[in-house]
Amino acid sequence: MNLNPLAIALQTALLLLLAPLVSGLIRNWKAKLQNRRGPRIWQPYSDLLKFLRKDMVIPEHASWVFGFAPYVVFLSALLAGLMIPMLTAQAPLSLFGGVLAVVGLLALGRFFLALGGLDAGSAFGGMGSSREMTISALAEPAMMLAIFTVAIGVGSTDLSRMVQAGQGPVWKLFNPTHAMAFVALFLVLLAETGRIPVDNPATHLELTMIHEAMLLEYSGRYLALMEWGASLKQLVLMTLLANVFLPVGIAPDTSPAALGVSALALAAKLLVLAAEVVLVETTNAKLRLFRVPDLLGVAFILATLALLSTFFFG
Amino acid sequence: MNELSATLLPCALWTYLAGMVGAVLFQRAERLANGIGFGLGAVGGFCGILAFATALATGAAAVNQSFDLFPSLIPYVRFSIRADALGCFFGLMVSLLAVAISIYSLGYARGYYGHKNVGVLAAFFNLLLLATTLVFLADNAFFFLVVWEIMAFCGYALVSFEHEKEESRSAGVLFFIMSHLGTGCLILGFLLLFQASGSHGFDSFHALGDQMPEGRRNLVFLLFLFGFGIKAGMIPLHIWLPAAHPVAPSNVSAFMSGVLIKTGIYGITRVCFDFLGSPPNWWGVTVLALGTVSAVLGVLYALMEHDLKRLLAYHSIENIGIILMGLGASLMFLHSGHPVLASLALIAGLYHTLNHASFKALLFLGAGAVLHATHTRNMEELGGLAKRMRWTALFFLVGAVAISALPPLNGFVSEWLTYQSLLQGFGTTPSLIRLMFPLSGAMLALTGALAAACFVKAFGITFLAQPRSDHARHAHEASWPLLGGQAILTAACVFLGLFPTAFLKLLDPVTQQLTGRQLSAQLSAAGGLALSSGTAQGGMVSTPGITLMLLGLLPLPLVLWLVFARKARTRPGPTWDCGLRGLTPQMEYTATGFSKPLRMIFKALFRPRREVQREYDFSPYYARTIRFESHVEEMFQTRVYRPFNLAVLRLSRRLRALQAGSLQAYLIYIFITLLLLLLFAL
Repeated sequence: MNLNPLAIALQTALLLLLAPLVSGLIRNWKAKLQNRRGPRIWQPYSDLLKFLRKDMVIPEHASWVFGFAPYVVFLSALLAGLMIPMLTAQAPLSLFGGVLAVVGLLALGRFFLALGGLDAGSAFGGMGSSREMTISALAEPAMMLAIFTVAIGVGSTDLSRMVQAGQGPVWKLFNPTHAMAFVALFLVLLAETGRIPVDNPATHLELTMIHEAMLLEYSGRYLALMEWGASLKQLVLMTLLANVFLPVGIAPDTSPAALGVSALALAAKLLVLAAEVVLVETTNAKLRLFRVPDLLGVAFILATLALLSTFFFG
Repeated sequence: MNELSATLLPCALWTYLAGMVGAVLFQRAERLANGIGFGLGAVGGFCGILAFATALATGAAAVNQSFDLFPSLIPYVRFSIRADALGCFFGLMVSLLAVAISIYSLGYARGYYGHKNVGVLAAFFNLLLLATTLVFLADNAFFFLVVWEIMAFCGYALVSFEHEKEESRSAGVLFFIMSHLGTGCLILGFLLLFQASGSHGFDSFHALGDQMPEGRRNLVFLLFLFGFGIKAGMIPLHIWLPAAHPVAPSNVSAFMSGVLIKTGIYGITRVCFDFLGSPPNWWGVTVLALGTVSAVLGVLYALMEHDLKRLLAYHSIENIGIILMGLGASLMFLHSGHPVLASLALIAGLYHTLNHASFKALLFLGAGAVLHATHTRNMEELGGLAKRMRWTALFFLVGAVAISALPPLNGFVSEWLTYQSLLQGFGTTPSLIRLMFPLSGAMLALTGALAAACFVKAFGITFLAQPRSDHARHAHEASWPLLGGQAILTAACVFLGLFPTAFLKLLDPVTQQLTGRQLSAQLSAAGGLALSSGTAQGGMVSTPGITLMLLGLLPLPLVLWLVFARKARTRPGPTWDCGLRGLTPQMEYTATGFSKPLRMIFKALFRPRREVQREYDFSPYYARTIRFESHVEEMFQTRVYRPFNLAVLRLSRRLRALQAGSLQAYLIYIFITLLLLLLFAL
């Protein structure tokens, strides 16, 4: 297996540095749109630094799983990030697995996140874990079906092939199949990253929390890993959405010019996606927990329609 | 068969027999009976592993001849066995579990000293090992049915081993009835095959279906699907499984869930791929659909359980479903003339069969260790065991990650193969039926995610946070044989997850025998470090790579600690309790609570019912006692089986009038019957 250590190092750095920025950007824009001043874009970096320096309090009832979970959450999200194409069509670790492995790694992180939530023994953590696993279980089929629709068109679950298949005239990408699969996956993105119709990232009201509830007992550097892991996961999913459905401008080789274009294209795509998330978060209210299945049902039906439409447009 | 296997295989069989006899002979001295019975079981299993693994590795299993175990005195009846590739693969599975479970039992059976006959347990266990191995090796229909029945009988005896409990007795009877319903179908099926071939040797059945009339062939398929489906626990024939597996001693539950239900899978594979010739499309569609339904419903019912062993039993149904998805897809590809894809799907199914055997047995052994230490299977009374039973918790966690199909363990690998074959299936046919593939794939994703939810619950409620009862508070780590058995299976899960390409070589003779293709070279990429989907561009995954990279990235956070967190200290503190006076176990989330959202979302299926009774003195807000009851309807039990039972009972009540007890009436019946028979003969 020929791996390029430089590419791995660069993409790792890019992922680690970009992930908090996207979170900060969304938070800032959301505040602006709601006529608030909001935190600076760079606030998440300061938060991470602060968490890293702080003392840690470990709940006395917790076992070794509590301390193990943050590492798994962080590392699995990071590794998933190394397996998706960001700037180059060939991801640094694309040899390690395609889209199924990426989804699997994110699920691994979620599994340990939920266990960490249960381990402290508070009802909030348990509630968060229960809801997180419920919602992710409902999101999973829609996500897979949307991915399958693209994978079947390409004939591969290999992400770099999926990206390369999208090269060519841009108008070809705007067909109903793609559009419906995109919307389905976007709804899944909202659910998976804990965005507003499903979960509220800004809430600290115990009974409405999902993601926050699981992190309630974490502090110090474990909290830093958890928060960083969550923003990494968000970046991974957004990049996946951007580059699989609109692989415009992605670098076919590693010449500096191509990489520069690719970086600009990625930035533009992420900004647009972030703006979409902000719009959805601002114009919607949080759904009742038992209405969330309806939303994810819509995502599933859209993905099914996308699949059906391959008969007509494929 | 090469020489080593040819000597070791009878060795294994005789060792099981010796274990059985020894355990019976020394049943008065229970320690000795335990040592001899389970010790020889482990030795036999070890011989079996060597025999079957070398047979598969040398590929010599393809050249196999049948040989008689012992000469038979009755004409037409031969006790012949033949270790062909398919039999060897399943035999390998039995042997692996025989070793792990026997070692475990050495410790587990100690719990029965003084009040149960350990010799009988060990004897039946060894007989079960022997009969199950022979089921996979039997070379003619007659012998197959004999060992099949011995296996079912041992299963019955072991399920009702703790027969002083009403639950065990009724579960044993249900198991026995369902099992015989299945055997009846098998006998009919074999009779039809016998009629077509004129012999009951399995070699005479090979590809026999192609010469049979279409209707007859379909009938044979349905009979076998029904008969073997009952044994496999396929929905809707599953009802005996969640009743029988939990009440058996845990070592037996592990074997039943790990291997016994796989005899059904073996049977379906043997009949569909070996006997019945090229399959029509609807066979594959039926098997795929039944598999999908079993997978989704199995995991949904598992989520509603808070009895640890019942939960695991429902997961067996789910995994049987996943295996059947692979087999069904394979049949469909055989029909559409894609032997390579058919082999891929078959490999996915068979690999999952072995994977499920290893992680499900591991989980049952873990549940047994918990039961041993706490005397309860009820998760609501457990908790906090990760601190008290460190190793058991670790092994159970490995099993939980594996069964939830998370990378890099073995469940992920076989489900990845299943996904790949389903995705590639889309292009094999132009008809609308191809939508089944991605939709089944989506349902597989749902199953996987629900399984993850279920095992977060199973592990989290059982092992994490505070103990919820005194039983759990006073739990202690299991003894070393219990841990040893689990360690072996944990190692198997890790090995099968990390080195699939090495293992797939052993499946080459099997696919060669059944579909005429060998895929292991094609499925191996990057020098064996990655698993490829078989086609040039399908995709690949490298579980060793993922593991190495997860470990390789680990220094990253550690460097961050060194740079930023050098002064930070770590101290234990109380969990936030909302300002109350300390957190009690009663405030923790329960297993029932954990699955409540899913119970509400799928309420059309579960029809949950709950009853709350409060006793209070002056205001309902200050209750003295609260009684809470919650039920979930088992749809097949209430909608299918109960009406059927009632109908049978009603019919019998009507027929009872015939049996009035008067001799004259009976004489008339005999006379009329005779008359009718005479008329019929004319």
